[in-house]
Amino acid sequence: MSVSEMFITLQGVLTADQDIREEIRKVVQTLEQTAREILTVLQGVHQGSGFQDIPKKCQKAREHFGTVRTQLASLKMKFPADQYYRFHEHWRFVLQRLVFLAAFVVYLETETLVTREAVTEILGIEAERERGFHLDIEDYLSGVLTLASELSRLAVNSVTAGDYARPLRISAFINELDSGFRLLNLKNDSLRKRYDGLKYDVKKIEEVVYDLSIRGLSKDKEATGDGEK
Amino acid sequence: MSGKEGTGGFRKRKHDNFPHGHRREEKDNINSSSVIIMSFKLFQLELDTRHDKYERLVKLSRDITIESKRTIFLLHRITSAPNREEILTESEAKLDVVRQKIKQVAQELIGEDMYQFHRAISPGLQEYVEAVSFQYFIKTRSLVSIEEINKQLIFIEEDKEEETKVSSDCPKSQHHSWSLKVTPVDYLLGVADLTGELMRMCINSVGNGDIDTPFELSQFLRQIHDGFSYIGNTGPYEVSKKLYTLKQSLAKVENACYTLKVRGSEIPKHMLADVFSSKTEIIDQEDGLS
Repeated sequence: MSVSEMFITLQGVLTADQDIREEIRKVVQTLEQTAREILTVLQGVHQGSGFQDIPKKCQKAREHFGTVRTQLASLKMKFPADQYYRFHEHWRFVLQRLVFLAAFVVYLETETLVTREAVTEILGIEAERERGFHLDIEDYLSGVLTLASELSRLAVNSVTAGDYARPLRISAFINELDSGFRLLNLKNDSLRKRYDGLKYDVKKIEEVVYDLSIRGLSKDKEATGDGEK
Repeated sequence: MSGKEGTGGFRKRKHDNFPHGHRREEKDNINSSSVIIMSFKLFQLELDTRHDKYERLVKLSRDITIESKRTIFLLHRITSAPNREEILTESEAKLDVVRQKIKQVAQELIGEDMYQFHRAISPGLQEYVEAVSFQYFIKTRSLVSIEEINKQLIFIEEDKEEETKVSSDCPKSQHHSWSLKVTPVDYLLGVADLTGELMRMCINSVGNGDIDTPFELSQFLRQIHDGFSYIGNTGPYEVSKKLYTLKQSLAKVENACYTLKVRGSEIPKHMLADVFSSKTEIIDQEDGLS
């Protein structure tokens, strides 16, 4: 094969590659749109009146996740299943965002941390790499970290809205998350950078809890315990 | 903490894994953190396994790079003298060593998505492509194709003992052959590096008084340059970045050919070699005469 023939073949390969990326980008754009819509729905909880109809907002958000599932299903079709990590960068951000949204909904509903399996179920994807389009563990953890900063904000706003019990529950939850993340040996990458932000969320919530407890606004039994910290 | 915890900590945890679960159950009754902490323990294991594999691949990639570089240096020692064959066989042996390393890489990647760890091994593969294509050029004066390279990276198991050692992670593995595919981009980047080596070879051969090689090289380089121009910016960013260096190399080679031609028209052909290199020989002859 001559040199120019070789380069023509390679060029063909590269163009095909670019076409795939273009297709992926299109689907990812629609996914981002849906993610923004879900976020808008959920942002309602920060408003004073929003605390009453949290279940309704969660319900609405869950309906949107139906759209996400179909969009992710079409994303799956855009590239060979065994080349997930080749194009990973394209949907990494939006997938982390979706993990956060799913985790937020689950937290608002049950006040627990969503498991990785539960997220994959909500998003309609696989839990393990071997079985196709899956959720990378680092993306899951990133989404959880976003949840932490959202909850620290929620703690502040729930005080403003007069819900004094919620910050204490959030505090317990975030502390648990913090000790969970402490178990990980993170490399010096983006996940590590985001983890470094977790301590500020922890601090913020502790301040809120402190403010509540010195003013006697936390009537709960565990509140005094948390407040003394 | 993270620094100290390195490999030792990881191994310990791996062994402790089961007793840990039991021990923690008692604690869990006290603090309700069981579910979250438990799942993070699993995450820890998963992340550590992944990072360890990545580090092993980086190490292999470095070894591949070093050995490939040495092969290239070795190949530069060819001065169209009788040592050519000898050096070529030696380089073949060196490349076989490199291929053994690549085999280890392929074994690490069994059942994995290659692109997940691509960043760890990419530099090594590029250097390998450079070495192989350089050797191939010296042998055949043509460009090795990506298929040819990939064909050499299919490893078939002969040694039984080695297999048991390797496949401890997945016993009863049905893999009797491993293969690693060089990606088109790695191939392109390796070929782009090759042009730098060809430029050096050209200048060296001028120094050695070889007046045919520079012209062959300039023609070959021009073909590669045309190929890269054809690809242009279809490829990733790194490819277009290399295009600049490629142009510089090509310019140097073309200038060398130009000089040869100009001087060549001034001096009779049979004396041309003397102009460039064999000054020592002339001196020797003169010494002999006097």
